Amino acid sequence: MSAALTAMQHGLQSCETCGLLSRPAPGEDEGRCPRCDEVLEFRKPASIQRTWAFLIGAAVCYIPANLLPVLTTTTAAGPESDTILQGVVLLWSPTGWPLSLIVLFASIMIPSAKILALAYLLITVQRGSVANNEQRIRLYRTVDLIGRWSMVDVFVDAFTAALVQLQPLMSVRPAAGLFFFAAVVVLTMLAVESFDPRLIWDSVSSREAPANGSLSPRERVGVRG
Amino acid sequence: MYNQPLSDHALIACPHCDLLQRLPALVPGASARCPRCDKELWRHREDSLNRTLALGIAAALLFVIANSVPMLGLTVVGRQAFTTVFGGFLQLWQDNEEIVAGLVLFAAVIAPGLQIAFVLAIVLGAHRERPPRWVGTLLRHLPTTRTWSMIEVMMLGVLVALIKIAELATVIPGAALFALAALVFVFAGIQACFDRHEVWERVEWAEAGARPAAAGERLAEGTS
Repeated sequence: MSAALTAMQHGLQSCETCGLLSRPAPGEDEGRCPRCDEVLEFRKPASIQRTWAFLIGAAVCYIPANLLPVLTTTTAAGPESDTILQGVVLLWSPTGWPLSLIVLFASIMIPSAKILALAYLLITVQRGSVANNEQRIRLYRTVDLIGRWSMVDVFVDAFTAALVQLQPLMSVRPAAGLFFFAAVVVLTMLAVESFDPRLIWDSVSSREAPANGSLSPRERVGVRG
Repeated sequence: MYNQPLSDHALIACPHCDLLQRLPALVPGASARCPRCDKELWRHREDSLNRTLALGIAAALLFVIANSVPMLGLTVVGRQAFTTVFGGFLQLWQDNEEIVAGLVLFAAVIAPGLQIAFVLAIVLGAHRERPPRWVGTLLRHLPTTRTWSMIEVMMLGVLVALIKIAELATVIPGAALFALAALVFVFAGIQACFDRHEVWERVEWAEAGARPAAAGERLAEGTS
């Protein structure tokens, strides 16, 4: 295997769930994994369209998530609403600043970085880019790894509201922004799930492979059948 | 319709770049990486099933404690209030944030609970010589529960809430908080010990009869 050749170029499908490599029936693009019963295709179906859809949804929700308040605190002085950014500022104090930074990263920087990173990956894949593959796959893995941490603010607000119920002294209630913020987190996680990282490498794979396909894949890899 | 398996079952494709390659036999503790994109293809864990079983039992006990006793309490001018993990869901639900409440319940209770149950069932099932079909079914859905199980994220969230509230009132950490903190480490341990590849290699196949002889069996038959 001097030229880098992929399973797809050999007409083989790799199961995302159990990792088994198998050959679809002649003329078929879709089959089931004989080991784990998963539906198999060469690439995730409509990966680019689905990822864009989730991503645009997340970007739209990102605006109300940051502009609308997420918590309303009611005290004797009357109700007061805080957005996510105001929550970060409130947390800033001589002792609380590390946590304030964590919330700033998790709630504001990670979601926006995630949206931008996925948009970059989608655009480069659609343009058939062959540059920076290693960096792009690393970017994808980072986004996949850190994405879940944006949920922090949802938990902060949920447990603050659950604990501070001291009517009529003081009470905390979730506000409209929380729903949009949770939507951003879930939609970006779904976007990462629907993106197929193998698309990053497909352009480079097709350039390295013999263009005419004269080599029989069966001979090269010794496939039974 | 089922795909046809290959006779050379060491042949795999990288899940991140689809590069066709042969997975080498690994000694316990060693790992194999894709030469093109550096994705870890397999890490052969030592004594995977027994260690995962021990950690799984620990996780189940901690999970029950974490969800049955108070997690946070506060006192302010003689008044007290407590909340459990479930209380975080309940308050959001009562405040008409049903969708967010459902998400919190799913990420904090349901998904971790399913993850522990699946891991225990898989490990117990995989102790048999030929793990039955349902082991494969659970193993197939395990990654989904892991994606949405966010105990460690919740832990950080609780910590931030605790600091925020500490400015207004005296906060009392509950026993569940410590159980959750331990659970974060036990989950990390399960992640480090569990060897999915090993179970997939031995499990009963969905398409009965298609399972090719494993490497050892093939040598014994002398047909390789």
